[in-house]
Amino acid sequence: MVPLNYYLVLSGVLFSIGTAGVFLRRNLITVLLSVEIMLNAVNLTFVAAGRYHGTVDGQIITFFVMTVAAAEAAVGLALVIALFRHRETLSPDAYTSLKW
Amino acid sequence: MDVVSFYIFAAIAVLSSIGVIGQRNPMHSVMLLIVSFGGLAGLYILLDAPFTAVTQIIIYAGAIMVLFLFVVMLLNAHTEDDSLPAGLGPHALRFGALLSALLAVEVVWGLSRVGVTGFNSDPGAASAISSVAAIGQTLFTQYSFAFEVTSILILVSMVGAVIIAGSRTRGGR
Repeated sequence: MVPLNYYLVLSGVLFSIGTAGVFLRRNLITVLLSVEIMLNAVNLTFVAAGRYHGTVDGQIITFFVMTVAAAEAAVGLALVIALFRHRETLSPDAYTSLKW
Repeated sequence: MDVVSFYIFAAIAVLSSIGVIGQRNPMHSVMLLIVSFGGLAGLYILLDAPFTAVTQIIIYAGAIMVLFLFVVMLLNAHTEDDSLPAGLGPHALRFGALLSALLAVEVVWGLSRVGVTGFNSDPGAASAISSVAAIGQTLFTQYSFAFEVTSILILVSMVGAVIIAGSRTRGGR
C-alpha cells in the first residue's frame, strides 16, 4: 500500500489548489466550487488517517463534513441567487458595500 | 498495482481540480469538479473505505453538484468579466497567485516532513473499517448526538435557503 504521507501531500496539494481558486477567481460560483475542493482535500486526510489508526471515526467525520458541505452549498447558492438578482453580476468585487 | 492506481487517481483529482479553477465557463468547472470527485472516490476505495467512496459519488457528485448546475443554468452567466476593479492595482492578481503558491509550498513541505509511515497491511485491519455495519454501529451509538444535530442543521439551512432565495420583494408576500 502507498504510505500515509503520500495521501497527506496529495490532500495538501488539493487544498492549495482550492485556496488558489478562492484567491484568484472573480466568479462567486467558482469560489464556492473552490471551497468544495478544499473540503474534499480535508476529507481525504480524515479517511487516510482513519485507515492509518484502524478506526471508522475518520469516515464518520467525512460523513458529517459532507452534510455540512451540502448545507453550505444550499445557503451559499441561495445567497448567490439573491445577490445576482440585486446587481446582475457574479463578480465578488461588485458587492463591497459593507467594506470599510 | 496499488501504487499505479494511486498515481492515476491522484493525477485525475489534481488535474481536474486545476481545471476547475482554470476554466472561464462555470459549467465546465462544475463538470471538471465531478471528475475530480470521481478520482477522490477511487482513492477512498484504495483506502478500504468503499462506503465513503459511494457516498462521495451519490451525495457530492449526485446531489451537491446538481445544485450547482441548476444555479449556473438559472443565472445563465457563462463568462466572467475580466475588468479588475479600480481599487485594485495591476499586481493584485499576481500577489494572489504568489500567496497561494507560497501556501502550496509550505503545506507540501510541512506534510512531507511527517516521514514515511506505512499502513497496516493486515487484511483484518482493512475489513474492520470497510464494513458498513461497523460504521453504522459507531455512527448511531458514539456519534448519535452529532447525527441528530445534523438533522437540525439541514432543516435550518433548508429554511434559510428558501427564505434567502425566495424573497422576491422586500417584506415578503
